[in-house]
Amino acid sequence: MSDLKSDDLLKKSEANPAGVQGLSGEVSERLPGGAVLEALFSLQRREGYLSEEGLSYLSSQLGIPLSQIYGVATFYNAFSLVPRGRHQVCVCYGTACHVRGARSILERLERELGVKSGETTPDRKFSLHLVRCVGSCSLAPVVMVDGRVRGRLKVDQIPQLLIGYE
Amino acid sequence: MNHILEELRETGRATLYPGKTKISIGLATCGRAAGADRVYEAVCRFLAERSLDWTVTQVGCLGFCTKEPLVMVHVPGNPRFVYGPVNPDDVSQFLEFTLAGRVEGELLLGRIDEDYNLMLDEKVSLLDSGVQKDSRGDREGWEELPLLSEIPFYRRQVRVALRNCGLIDPFSLAEYVARGGYQALALVLKEMTPEDVVDLVFDSGLRGRGGAGFLTGRKWAAARSAPGPVKYLVCNADEGDPGAYMDRSILEGDPFSVLEGMTIGAYAIGAKEGYIYVRDEYPLAVATFQEAVRQAEGNGLLGENIFDTGFTFRVHLVRGAGAFVCGEETALLASIEGSRGEPRPRPPYPVEKGLWGRPTCINNVETWASVPPIVCRGPAWYRALCWSPRASAGTKVFSVVGQVKHTGLVEVPLGVTLSEIVHEIAGGPRGGVGIKAVQTGGPSGGCIPASMFHLPVDFETLTEAGSIMGSGGFVVMDEATCMVDIARYFLEFTLGESCGKCSTCREGLLQMHHLLEKITQGEGTVADLSTLRELAWLVREGSLCGLGKTAPNPVLSTLNHFRDEYLAHVREKRCPAGVCRALISFYIVQEECTGCQTCLEECLAGAISFHSDGYCLIDEEKCVKCGTCADVCPAGAVRCR
Ligand SMILES: Cc1cc2nc3c(=O)[nH]c(=O)nc-3n(C[C@H](O)[C@H](O)[C@H](O)COP(=O)(O)O)c2cc1C
Ligand code: FES
Repeated sequence: MSDLKSDDLLKKSEANPAGVQGLSGEVSERLPGGAVLEALFSLQRREGYLSEEGLSYLSSQLGIPLSQIYGVATFYNAFSLVPRGRHQVCVCYGTACHVRGARSILERLERELGVKSGETTPDRKFSLHLVRCVGSCSLAPVVMVDGRVRGRLKVDQIPQLLIGYE
Repeated sequence: MNHILEELRETGRATLYPGKTKISIGLATCGRAAGADRVYEAVCRFLAERSLDWTVTQVGCLGFCTKEPLVMVHVPGNPRFVYGPVNPDDVSQFLEFTLAGRVEGELLLGRIDEDYNLMLDEKVSLLDSGVQKDSRGDREGWEELPLLSEIPFYRRQVRVALRNCGLIDPFSLAEYVARGGYQALALVLKEMTPEDVVDLVFDSGLRGRGGAGFLTGRKWAAARSAPGPVKYLVCNADEGDPGAYMDRSILEGDPFSVLEGMTIGAYAIGAKEGYIYVRDEYPLAVATFQEAVRQAEGNGLLGENIFDTGFTFRVHLVRGAGAFVCGEETALLASIEGSRGEPRPRPPYPVEKGLWGRPTCINNVETWASVPPIVCRGPAWYRALCWSPRASAGTKVFSVVGQVKHTGLVEVPLGVTLSEIVHEIAGGPRGGVGIKAVQTGGPSGGCIPASMFHLPVDFETLTEAGSIMGSGGFVVMDEATCMVDIARYFLEFTLGESCGKCSTCREGLLQMHHLLEKITQGEGTVADLSTLRELAWLVREGSLCGLGKTAPNPVLSTLNHFRDEYLAHVREKRCPAGVCRALISFYIVQEECTGCQTCLEECLAGAISFHSDGYCLIDEEKCVKCGTCADVCPAGAVRCR
C-alpha cells in the first residue's frame, strides 16, 4: 500500500551499503574513509554477527591486521561477536526515556522475552539491547524493533509490540 | 548557473502549491513512532476509494512532537490547516470533514496564511492562489481560528536552522530550491572570494552548535590558512547527547540545507572532499541524506564543476557504530580512518592535523544548516536575532523533552529565559507535580533548578549556572524525578562510554558510580558526598578529552543545587521523589481500589493478591518495587512511600 519514497530508500540502503565498492583494492595508499566500519556492517548484515572467519576474511581483503579489525569490532556497540537473534529489540535508555519510565519498559520486555538485555532468546527470535537515544525523545519512552521506532509506550502495550515477528 | 535554479524553482513551486487540495504528513522518525506511516496509508486508501485527485506528500517534522502524527491540509485559496494528533483510525472521519469544506476543530493546532521564505525575506500568501476559493461549509469562518505562529508553542520561535523542516518534501531538491535553497551557494561561487565567506561567517558571530560553542568563523579561518593542498571538511552528525534530536530532524526534514552549508564551507576553506558521520541509530537520516547527495550531484550542485564554476566538492557518508565518544572530534576522525574511535590530545587541532594528517574543519549539523541563511541575509541580520545584549548571535534549537506538556523541537533566539521555554513554549508541568529542574548539555552538562529559571539561555550563563548549553538537549524534570538517581544515571552512561584510555576517567568514574549506587541503595554516608567531590575534581583534571573532563558535571551540579535530596538519602534513608527502590515501598489505598485486578495481572513478582472484600493487596516481602502496579492502576490507588 505504502509507496513512500523513504521506505524504498531505507530498503535499498540496507541491501546495498554505500562504500563497500571501494574495498576491492583500487585504493592504493589508504582505505577510503569509513571503509572498515562499512565492511563490518555488511558482514554483520550478512551473517547476523561478526564471525571469526568473517573477520579473518575482511582482514585479508582490506589488508589490515586481524588484531586491528578485532580492536575496531569490539570498540563499537553496534557490532556483535556472538550470534544474535533474527530481530533486534532495542530499549531506549536515553535521558528523556529514563525520566519517563524506561526502566519499567525494560523490565517488562525482559519478562516477556525471558532474557536480560544483551541476551538472545533460545529460539534465536529476539535479541534484547539497551540503546542510548534513538532520537524520538519527545515520544518517550520508546522501543525500536529492527529499526522501527514505537513511541509513547505503556508497560501493558509491550506484549503487543512483539507480535508479528517470525 | 541561474537556469538550473530557475528550472528547479519552477518545479518546486508546482509541487509545493499544486493548485489542488494537498495533504502533507510529518513522516520523520518521530512521526512514524507515533503512527504517521499508518496515517499516510489510511489517507492514500481514502483517496483511492473516493477517486479523489488530491496530492499527498511527506514532510519532515514541524517540531510540535507531542501532537504527532501531524497532518496539514491545504485547499487552494484557504489557509493551510495544521492538525494533530491525527489517529490512524480517525483518518476517514477527518477527511470527510475536509471534503465537506469544514475544519476539524478538535484537532486543529492552527492555521497558516502565508509561507515565509526566510532566505529571500519574502512571504508567499496561501490565500490568493489564483484558484477559486472554496466557499463550501464553514471553512469561511477561518479568520476566527488561531494562527499557528501565534499559539504559545510557536509564538517565541524563530526558525532558521529548522526553516524548512515540516514544510517541504525532504526528498525534493526542487522544493528546497523553491524556498530559496542554493541561492547562497550561487552567490558565494559567483560573487565572493573564499576569504569573503570566512569573514562573513566570522562577522555573523555564529558559534558551533555541537557543544563547545567555538566561533565558527575562527575555525574556518584557521582551516583556510592551514598549509597544504589537501583539506577535508566534516559534518558531525553523531548526535550523542541522549535527549537531543535536532540533528536527526534536520537531516530527515531538510538534508539539502546541510549539504549546501557544507559546500559553502568547502569553498571557503578550500576542501574538495567532505565526510558526514551519522550515527547508526538514525537509519532514516542516513537514507535521506544519501538521496540528497544523489540529487544534488545529478543537478550539478555537488561533485565536479559545481554551477560550471570549476569548483569541485564531494561528500561521503560514514555510519557511526554506536559509540558516544565518537562525537568528540578527534575520536570521530579516528573512526572515519578506520581505527578505534579514541580521542587523542589536542593540539594539534583538527584544523591543523585532522583526517589522515590533513587540515580538517569539523562542524555540527545545525551549524552547517545555519550557514546558507547567514550568507543570504547577512551577518548583521544573524547577530541581531538574539534577545539579550549578552547572548551570542542567532538562534539555537532545543529538544524540550521530559516532564512537560508540550515536548518537541524548539528554535529560539539566544537570550530567552529558561522559564519562557519551560512554562510558555512547553506549557509547564505535564503531570500533577511541579517542575524541579532542567537538565541541559547531556552527560557533559548539569541540572539547573527551577529557582534559576529566570536566567537567559546562552553559552556563558548556562556555564555559570553549573551546566552547559551543549548540543541543545533540554530534559525537564519534575518532583517525581530523583536527582541522585539522575546523577547515577549519567555516570552509568559515561562509565559505559568511556573509551578507557585515561585511568582517571576509567577508574574515577567507576568509583563515583559505586558511591552513587551505595547512596541510592540507602547505604551512603555524609562523608561519601565529600569523597564524590574529590573524585569529581580528579576525573576532571586528569582526563584527556571532553568526555572525562565534563563527566563529573551532572554529579557536581546536583550536589550543588540539590544537596537536600542527597542528605535525605544518606541521613534519613529516604528518597523524596519516590524513585530509589531500596528506599521506597508501594501500597494500595483500599478505599480507592476498584478491585479490577489489573495490577495483579501485571505484577511480575506475583506480589499482589486479591482480598475477598474486593480490593488488592501488595505483599511487601515479595514486591520488587518496579512500580508497574502504580503505572497501570486505572484508579490511581497505588501509592508510594
Ligand atoms: C564526549 C564528546 C561528545 C561529543 N559529541 C558531539 C556530538 O554528538 N555532536 C557534535 O556535533 N559535537 C559533539 N562534540 C563536540 C565536537 O567535539 C566538536 O566540538 C563539534 O563537532 C564541533 O562542531 P561545532 O563547532 O559546529 O559545534 C562532542 C564532544 C565531546 C567531548
Ligand atoms: S532519550 Fe529515548 S529516544 Fe531520545
